[in-house]
Amino acid sequence: MKKKNLLTRVIIIAIVTVVGIYLVIGPRHRPSLKDFTWSGIKQTLKSNIHLGLDLQGGSHLVMRVKTEEYLKRLTEENYTAAQNAAKDAGFEIKGGQANASPGNYRVALQLADPSKATEVKEAVQKKIELGDSNVWSYASSGDTISWTMTQSAQRTLSDNATTQALNIIDSRINALGIAEPTLQTHGAQSSHQILLQMPGVQDPERVKRILQGESRLELVHVISPPSPAPHTTYATEAEAIASLGSAGTVPPNRRVLPYQERNDKTADANDPNQQKPKQWVVVELPAIIDGSELRNASAIPAQGGRADDYEINFSLKKAGAEKFGAWTGSHINEYMGVVLNGEVKSIAYIRSQIFDSGQITGRFTKQSAEDLALTLRSGALPAPIEYLEERTVGPSLGQDSIRAGVRASLVGLALVVVFMLFYYRGSGVNAVVALLLNMILMLAGLIVFGATLTLPGIAGIILTIGMAVDSNVLIFERIREELRSGKTVPSAVDLGFDRAFITIIDTHVTTIISSLFLFVFGTGPIRGFAVTLVIGLLINLFSAVYVSRTIFIWLLSRKKMETLSI
Amino acid sequence: MFQILHDVNIDWLRHRRWFIGASVVLMLAGLGSAVIRQATGRQPFNLGVDFKGGTVVTARFRQKPSDDAIRNALTEKGARDAVVQPVTDRPDTVLIKVPLEGEGQDGRKKVKDALNTFGAESAPGTELEADQNAAYKIIGTDAVGAVAGAQLRNKAIAVTLAALVGILVYIAFRFEWTYGAAAVIAVFHDVLVTLGFFSIFQWEISLTVIAALLTLVGFSVNDTIVVFDRIRENRKLHRRDSLYKVTNDSINQTLSRTVIANGLVFLSVFALVLFGGDVLRHFSLALFVGVIFGTYSSIAVASPIMVWWEQRLEAANREMALSFNQPRVMKATGTAKSAKRSLRDASKPLH
Repeated sequence: MKKKNLLTRVIIIAIVTVVGIYLVIGPRHRPSLKDFTWSGIKQTLKSNIHLGLDLQGGSHLVMRVKTEEYLKRLTEENYTAAQNAAKDAGFEIKGGQANASPGNYRVALQLADPSKATEVKEAVQKKIELGDSNVWSYASSGDTISWTMTQSAQRTLSDNATTQALNIIDSRINALGIAEPTLQTHGAQSSHQILLQMPGVQDPERVKRILQGESRLELVHVISPPSPAPHTTYATEAEAIASLGSAGTVPPNRRVLPYQERNDKTADANDPNQQKPKQWVVVELPAIIDGSELRNASAIPAQGGRADDYEINFSLKKAGAEKFGAWTGSHINEYMGVVLNGEVKSIAYIRSQIFDSGQITGRFTKQSAEDLALTLRSGALPAPIEYLEERTVGPSLGQDSIRAGVRASLVGLALVVVFMLFYYRGSGVNAVVALLLNMILMLAGLIVFGATLTLPGIAGIILTIGMAVDSNVLIFERIREELRSGKTVPSAVDLGFDRAFITIIDTHVTTIISSLFLFVFGTGPIRGFAVTLVIGLLINLFSAVYVSRTIFIWLLSRKKMETLSI
Repeated sequence: MFQILHDVNIDWLRHRRWFIGASVVLMLAGLGSAVIRQATGRQPFNLGVDFKGGTVVTARFRQKPSDDAIRNALTEKGARDAVVQPVTDRPDTVLIKVPLEGEGQDGRKKVKDALNTFGAESAPGTELEADQNAAYKIIGTDAVGAVAGAQLRNKAIAVTLAALVGILVYIAFRFEWTYGAAAVIAVFHDVLVTLGFFSIFQWEISLTVIAALLTLVGFSVNDTIVVFDRIRENRKLHRRDSLYKVTNDSINQTLSRTVIANGLVFLSVFALVLFGGDVLRHFSLALFVGVIFGTYSSIAVASPIMVWWEQRLEAANREMALSFNQPRVMKATGTAKSAKRSLRDASKPLH
């Protein structure tokens, strides 16, 4: 080998090594002397290497937006609106139904006079969303006219609901002040899943509750004789429905809702002495206004209640306030209810015209009132969410894992080093140098790519040790073979590297292929494993082949060698 | 020069029936274990919460009660089928596994209720050591719902199969499709045998075990390729030798590398088993078994299958060559390469 060639090689290796070492232990700010003491390096290592939740501690939540509930609500709302629109236009509707099962959402109206089908259709479509033929496809048969939600609209609407939920969750997380959260969609697009990772959060119960809060707020007219008569309540749902006088069905402009004054203070929700029994009330549909008109909401101590009771004060946006003012002005002394997530929370009569603010009363604790105010401010979730997966790791468990992982890596490394030195003597030193360089560059690689080191990632490092040393063994065994067949030392080294290189490429590529599949399609911890393995193998091509060969070239250039310590 | 295993001259392929037979027996043993367990109403595999759904709570105690005491407390609080599993390297810590229950059931809460009978949990944000009044602390939770479990399971299977196809394509491209198929069959064998061990010993299969299986896939192919690479090289160097002889020679020539390199991987995996802690235990065990059979299969499964397959192709090609007496036609079956080779070998006995 030529001298010049050797010099270039040495320079490249020196630069890569220095840069690699600095990437790992060098601080990201202007370095001071303190950064190069033992504790300084430890500190820098901690901030440079991004640890996964399983090592640093934190919470990992996977949730699903129940988009089918969203579509169901949409269908039911449209059904009610369609009936009202048809009746307003003077057509008689015999009946109908809203079908909502996953994948199939349909609104059907049964007409008293089938010959009027087209007119009814037009009257309905002029007024409400069912007119959008991209979303609803119209059909008629006999006395029934129907609108079915198209598959593509189901997809789009579900995707939109998921995006909306993601944004709302994002604002709730921010309002909670959680540090460095990761929030993203998860899995296939059609799975409507959201992944939330919160480093350092050990007890995610409160966060979970807040995120799950649908917080659909509505202000509704309660059907009841006006004050001073008390508002009408019913003991059972059936009783409430019977009061409507329409043969056991609820007419489209009415809703029967449970009514229970909230009492978060009761330790045992089933204790009858503490909890008022559940009642039922009849309210008017549509609601006067809903949560989208909210401008602000805040928790305040309840007036006239006990000292530690809280309630929620809310104010409305301009348009909502006008609507609300107009309605309350014309309904003095009638009853109004605050409905949260389909449950009536409080009922009060209207003393005077109210414009832009109101209260949700009930015996909230400070915490529950603040949490509810927070979710109201962030807006209502378009659909409820459910938790599919929850993983929490405390910092002490993470510490244990780091310790076990580091210990196993060091023991593995030590065993390999001892064997290589014993079996290959002088050349073993060569392999050990390559191996150590591989370790350093691997950490540098993790830092450069901003990859996360997880517990399986540490296992990946240990495996890389094994595979890295395999490359050296392949090369050395080949050189020995060539030496045995009588080649001179320089040509045996050359041949050994050249022949083994083909095999090394093949073995590395196949492992990288399977790791890439893991990385692209795998989840959480498995990806961490794939990342370290791929980075480690790529670096190994440099350390075990290029660097190791350079050391041989350097050895051979110094003196004419008759034998090789291998 | 200190050496092991050089100039060995073992006729590996002569024992191929024994090798393949042993492999089949091993695979059947694992499969049998799974089938018998399934038939007798037990679980064929010990799937972890990742795949089955459920809750695992890791709790650390100041003064750990006996496992039975914890179990009784759990039963009392309604977590009837909970499993209490001690952590071998941390005597103050236990894993409590609560199987998946109906919707709205909160496994974590039940465990908390049960543990509260032994004293209070340390306050949020404080370590157990710092809070003198606390008796325990929950230091980790994994709760996986049924949907997520099924999803993770399907994904794991899909990824494994996709990786195998990727490997098959690469080897077919670099070598020949018979080589690729033989390598993939060998890998499949390794995965099945390893899974068999997991069924027989009821080791828990978690997401990290799947990662281990995939590593094993890479590792086993790695080993097979080293032998195949040598076969490819020797075919060029010794054109007069039969495939049978070349394969035997190649295995023998790479044997020292196989033993040393795999021995070293084995050592580092062994370090994982011994020092990797309970979290990595089953991952390490999967690799431990996998490394052994991955090494075995490249010699005892992949090579014999490849040789057998190539010989059959060559025999078929030769027949065609004889009947048509027209070499070009041979391209119709097998690959162009094997057709050319069969021309070369046509005049010689197979081995």
